[in-house]
Amino acid sequence: MELRPHVSIRNLNVFYGNEHALKNITVDIPQKKITAIIGPSGCGKTTLLRSLNRLVDSVDGVKVFGQILVHGQDILDPKIEVTEVRKKMGLLSQKPYPLPMSIYDNIAFGPRLHGLRDKKRLDEIVERYLREVSLWDEVKDRLQAPASKLSLGQQQRLCLARGLAVEPEIILGDEPTSALDPKSSQHIEARFLELKEKYTIVIVTHILRQARRLADYVLFLYFGELIEHGEASEVFENPKEAMTREYIKGTIS
Amino acid sequence: MDTSSSSLSQSQLSQPLPSDQTAALHGQPQPALIRLLQGSRLIKDKLAAASMLFLTIGSSLMIFLIALQLYQRSRPILAMKGLAELLFSTSWRPLRGEFGFFPFIMGTLWVTAVAVIIAVPLCLLTAIYLSEYAPRMVREWARPLVDLLAGIPSVVYGLWGILVIVPLIKNYIAPAFGTFSTGYSVLAAGMVLAIMIFPVIIHVSVEVFGSIPYEMREAALSLGATGWQTVKYVVLRKAMPGIIAAVVLGLSRAFGETMAVLMVAGNVARVPSSLLGPAYPLPALIANSYGEMLSVPLYDSALLLASLILLAIVLLFNILSRLILIRVERNIQ
Amino acid sequence: MDRVKKSMNRWKIINRKKIEERIFKCLMVASTLIILAVLLLILATVIVRGLPTLSLAMLTQVPRGGYYLGQGGGVANAIVGSLLVCAGAIGLAIMLSLPTVLYLNVYARKSSPFASFTRFSFDVLWGVPSIVYGAFGFAIMLFFGLRTSLLGGILAVTFLILPIMSRTMDEVVRMVPAELLEISYCLGATKLEAALRVVIRQSLPGLLTAVLIAFGRGVGDAASVMFTAGFTDYIPTSLLRPAATLPLAIFFQLGTPIPEVQNRAYACAFILTVIILMISVGSRLLSRKFTKHNLR
Repeated sequence: MELRPHVSIRNLNVFYGNEHALKNITVDIPQKKITAIIGPSGCGKTTLLRSLNRLVDSVDGVKVFGQILVHGQDILDPKIEVTEVRKKMGLLSQKPYPLPMSIYDNIAFGPRLHGLRDKKRLDEIVERYLREVSLWDEVKDRLQAPASKLSLGQQQRLCLARGLAVEPEIILGDEPTSALDPKSSQHIEARFLELKEKYTIVIVTHILRQARRLADYVLFLYFGELIEHGEASEVFENPKEAMTREYIKGTIS
Repeated sequence: MDTSSSSLSQSQLSQPLPSDQTAALHGQPQPALIRLLQGSRLIKDKLAAASMLFLTIGSSLMIFLIALQLYQRSRPILAMKGLAELLFSTSWRPLRGEFGFFPFIMGTLWVTAVAVIIAVPLCLLTAIYLSEYAPRMVREWARPLVDLLAGIPSVVYGLWGILVIVPLIKNYIAPAFGTFSTGYSVLAAGMVLAIMIFPVIIHVSVEVFGSIPYEMREAALSLGATGWQTVKYVVLRKAMPGIIAAVVLGLSRAFGETMAVLMVAGNVARVPSSLLGPAYPLPALIANSYGEMLSVPLYDSALLLASLILLAIVLLFNILSRLILIRVERNIQ
Repeated sequence: MDRVKKSMNRWKIINRKKIEERIFKCLMVASTLIILAVLLLILATVIVRGLPTLSLAMLTQVPRGGYYLGQGGGVANAIVGSLLVCAGAIGLAIMLSLPTVLYLNVYARKSSPFASFTRFSFDVLWGVPSIVYGAFGFAIMLFFGLRTSLLGGILAVTFLILPIMSRTMDEVVRMVPAELLEISYCLGATKLEAALRVVIRQSLPGLLTAVLIAFGRGVGDAASVMFTAGFTDYIPTSLLRPAATLPLAIFFQLGTPIPEVQNRAYACAFILTVIILMISVGSRLLSRKFTKHNLR
């Protein structure tokens, strides 16, 4: 498998107050692949994900050291405009959070923020991305209905489409299926497999089977340390570290 | 957005990115224009942050502004008399230049105390009943009604006090104790105030009780506690900080209530000697003396000092209650 | 023997439990009844004494000569005055409190000492008596050489309702899930855009309620406008003219010895209560309309 790095994390350390949440992480995240971050809960998976779009910034008393390079540019550099960084990274959170507006406006929110006013083009964008997450046929007749009226699974797909509409390069998923029923989860997973043609995808998951189904590349974190990383088949079939083996067998959780 | 700012290392790193294609689809404006637009958005954000911060600082300093301004205005009288004399003298003869605030301070404290003593037990029992015992019908009707009454202006309560409470005290309560009272008294003011703060205390306490998880009650009930025991040992304990907050809210209202009290308290500048005697609380003094204020020397200064004293009492009380609240919360954890 | 004694004891304990339960239940029902009865009685008094005196003339005319001696006229001056004072104050207070609340919840860090100090100071301000705001407003007017006027009334009521509005709005905006903000940031929104387009939208019904509560407090308060807005028989034509207000109209009419005029005080109280009721119901309907998009 051919891997090109898209994001290069170098010596990343994150502290919450005195708690050392991420310890000296150095890893490359391959482009246009699905990377799964696995590990027991509380091991820093989500922190790592939220470092990528600098949402960690909004935590009180957080200190971040190191570099995260995207196209050779360090996004942790305080001089960098953080809205631009975040625009490149679409986030799909654990629970779907539709914005308090209609389905249409949810998708159009991002493009409008970035200066698009043309009604016709907005229509195109809304349709295009709703199709991309295969939600279009379900909602095309009620685009002006409140987004909160959709089912959870539909909401999550809507959130995905909303993220795509600002044209990110990377999609970040923070246990994106954990609030959904199995059928909706399957739906989201299928979308991810399609989307990796165009986007780099990073997901945090605590479901090993999901990681096996989706991931091309795996990072295994344990108490803030990156224990092992590599191609999914390698890590799952033939883990180098004892700790990883234990985790995959299910002895530690 | 702008992926074309290439360095060598970057072009090695990445192929053309999807955004290039989609940008073509959207037919978005040139990068320079976007940067300009982006710039103006960021400037707007910075400007907004700065002005919001300014407003926030301004309003958080308002309390000092008020105190300072009132102090400034009451300096003439403070220059003439000592603070101790003003606070503890009982002689109020503005025409002779004697300004003793003691009767008014005591009047405020008496009236407020009576109001709290009446209101707190009644309100707590009602709030417990409404949230723990009452059938749904009662609850659904009583709560909006109580909220509605929170909106009735204080003058109306004063009116009602004159109409009902004052005669009640004059004709029934005072004779029952073998004394005479005009009805305009500490008790009347306290009762009217109590009625005024009913809705406030009930509303907040019902909300506090409602926020206690049902599982906690179930746990107590399944250990064989009666409904009342559950309330006494679990619900009330858990709700204590909230209840204190509710009472403080009601008290704050009671301290400063002017018109309703003014109408029924009797307004005699003497330290109250009995519940059935008249009182003259600070707010009533300020409101009542407005007309004469500019014709008697130092009077305006004295009234603004009265406001300052009232402010000080309220502040003291607020800080005290906050300290208690912190302690209670710590005890529960 | 021992066994019997034990079971007797147990019965006693259970009995005591039951009796205590019953006593307290009676007390609760009694106090609920007392409170509801008193409150209903107040409402009834206002309606019974006020409604018969209420007439179209009272709503539409200003006091004519001899009004306070029982002659014709109405309290349109006070109705319009009250509404003007409150509308002005509400406008000003929103302009001051909304940015503050957005700052506290979007820009400031959650645990910043500055934010908690600001909240504490609002709590304290909430407890400051309205007569103190009146006196403060009066002191400021002295400073600027203003006389009692609509402007003065607006300023005093603004001070009075500012902490109420800010604190209530703060509680509402604090309930907006942090994820909604994060999502907006992820879509590239600046904090300002997230605040204006998402936070306000999500919390709109609560914000409206905050405005309503503030309005109810402002329109019913007499002590703050007494020194500052003054009283007049005319509808104010400019910001610098004095303005009558309903609570003061009630107070003054009640002060006259003539029964007809006193009855008009009840009619005014009725009008005031109806205004507050209308606003309350209206805002509830409005908020229902606005919440249809909201996340629950």
